[in-house]
Amino acid sequence: MSASSDVGYHAQRQARWHYGEAAFWLIVLACGFVFPTRYLIMTDILRLALFAMSLDLILGYAGIVSLGHAAFFGVGAYAAGLLALHGIINEPVLALVVAGLVAMVLGFATSFLVIRGVDLTRLMVTLGIALLLEALAERFSNITGGTDGLQGIEMQPIFGEIPFDMFGKTGFFYSLAVLFLLFLFARRVVHSPFGLSLRAIKNNPLRAAAIGIPVNRRLIAIYTLAAFYAGIAGALFTQTTAIASLDVFAFERSADLMLVLVIGGTGYLYGGLVGAVLFRMLQELFSTITPQYWQFWIGLVLVVIVLVGRQRLHRWVLYVPNLVIRQIAGRKAVVAVPESDA
Amino acid sequence: MTIALETQNLEKQFGGLRVTRDLSLKIEQGARHALIGPNGAGKTTVINQLTGVLKPNSGRILLEGQDITDLPVHKRVLRGLSRTFQINQLYPDLTPLETIGLAVSERLGHGGDWWRRMGTRSDVNGEIADLLTRFHLLDVMNEQTVTLPYGKQRLLEIAVAIAGKPRVLLLDEPAAGVPESERHDILAVVGSLPRDVTVLLIEHDMDLVFSFADRISVLVSGALLTEGPPEQVARDPQVKAVYLGEEAVNV
Repeated sequence: MSASSDVGYHAQRQARWHYGEAAFWLIVLACGFVFPTRYLIMTDILRLALFAMSLDLILGYAGIVSLGHAAFFGVGAYAAGLLALHGIINEPVLALVVAGLVAMVLGFATSFLVIRGVDLTRLMVTLGIALLLEALAERFSNITGGTDGLQGIEMQPIFGEIPFDMFGKTGFFYSLAVLFLLFLFARRVVHSPFGLSLRAIKNNPLRAAAIGIPVNRRLIAIYTLAAFYAGIAGALFTQTTAIASLDVFAFERSADLMLVLVIGGTGYLYGGLVGAVLFRMLQELFSTITPQYWQFWIGLVLVVIVLVGRQRLHRWVLYVPNLVIRQIAGRKAVVAVPESDA
Repeated sequence: MTIALETQNLEKQFGGLRVTRDLSLKIEQGARHALIGPNGAGKTTVINQLTGVLKPNSGRILLEGQDITDLPVHKRVLRGLSRTFQINQLYPDLTPLETIGLAVSERLGHGGDWWRRMGTRSDVNGEIADLLTRFHLLDVMNEQTVTLPYGKQRLLEIAVAIAGKPRVLLLDEPAAGVPESERHDILAVVGSLPRDVTVLLIEHDMDLVFSFADRISVLVSGALLTEGPPEQVARDPQVKAVYLGEEAVNV
């Protein structure tokens, strides 16, 4: 049965850890020690990365487009804020999970609307849901604080032991730990038969059904999971900044997320992480050069990416690192180029 | 004789157009049954109703005596009814290994497994290896499907259907568009399908039909024109008229 074990070996090819991945996470961890004055921006990047990973799960793997992913981010943010403000759950980690679950329930409920249409319908439905929630949050100002947002949130120590500090050090390592754990989980899921079936659905829903995949059930499942991830990202936002305001639901937040994935690429999980770093760095860079017109330059970068093609960009950017890796480890690719973006 | 697949008074209309007219077919267990007919006879519409892509306006479809008229596509597959497509319907980004692995996993009920990694179940791996070997795909198992030569894709198309271990298999023009040099592989594979699998072949290629089928139904304008063993159908003056008529128009 050598053919069989051969098949097993090759089937797990992508699920195996590469040196490049370990290096990636070590570098991220090292940043926490190398740039002690930059915790706030780095925490912001981690949140964005988690949020983008959430969208990647539905967009990159299952092919569900969304312009309203901020809906779940916002619900997670407000849930975490309310839990802390009213002292319902004081322990941050538990509150984080509960906030994620609240977003997850909303994701499950709205998934039935989203799986119905095709791309354009989905864009509109997801956008609509986010706008709707934003309006609701504004209307019920007695709960949400309206346009003022939730104020006076005081975070208790993590596990009752580790307090949040004013420099954001705790916040950074806390966010990093959450991101890494959720990344590990997502990594496991996308390399399972379930994850593979999502890619099949994205490739060809007709054939997916024709080999016995319950297409709708799978889409509902991943949409619900992605909502959980986005809710956690939102809750992290509230917990590390101690505010929750209406802009957590903002359209720009959903739209930025698409840009992050355009920059980083979809369907290999690292797209959201790499994209978040590049997006924030570009944003910083351009806004120091031209505080007023930085969006012009972001727009220009996007046009270039789409015209030149991300795959080619990846190859250029990764040329040197790949060369080094190949010399040292005898294998290629620091970060695999997403297959679906030829 | 047990009946594997049956339609009773199947009727399908697109607007005012009747594309399936009062169609009653019986396909026996283990049969090599061919459904032929000129272009536009509604053969693919029939397949789409059998597999559940389209809902008939009236009439019933029975699989091994059970009414499946209202079942969705994926449930029919799990009951043992698989199909191949006239135009390849594969996953361009996935490899043959992944494609077949997925079909096998779904059939064995591991498709919803979201924790265990692909490739860690030896029963699944064994079946994948077996299918890859039988369909001459072992050497390209890690190539993206979109990069494979057309003949290989065609083989994969059939392999995926077989991976579902169907009891009834619908082959929609399996040799369509395959270059002459690669046809032999396809014909050999079709010819070597297990005898206990009931096959309904939809085909244009008369050589393939007459070498393969033991029973032929002729569909014209959505209705059954005639049915019988190959020799009888070949001699049928009505059938000749239909095909000669078509030829005459083509000329």
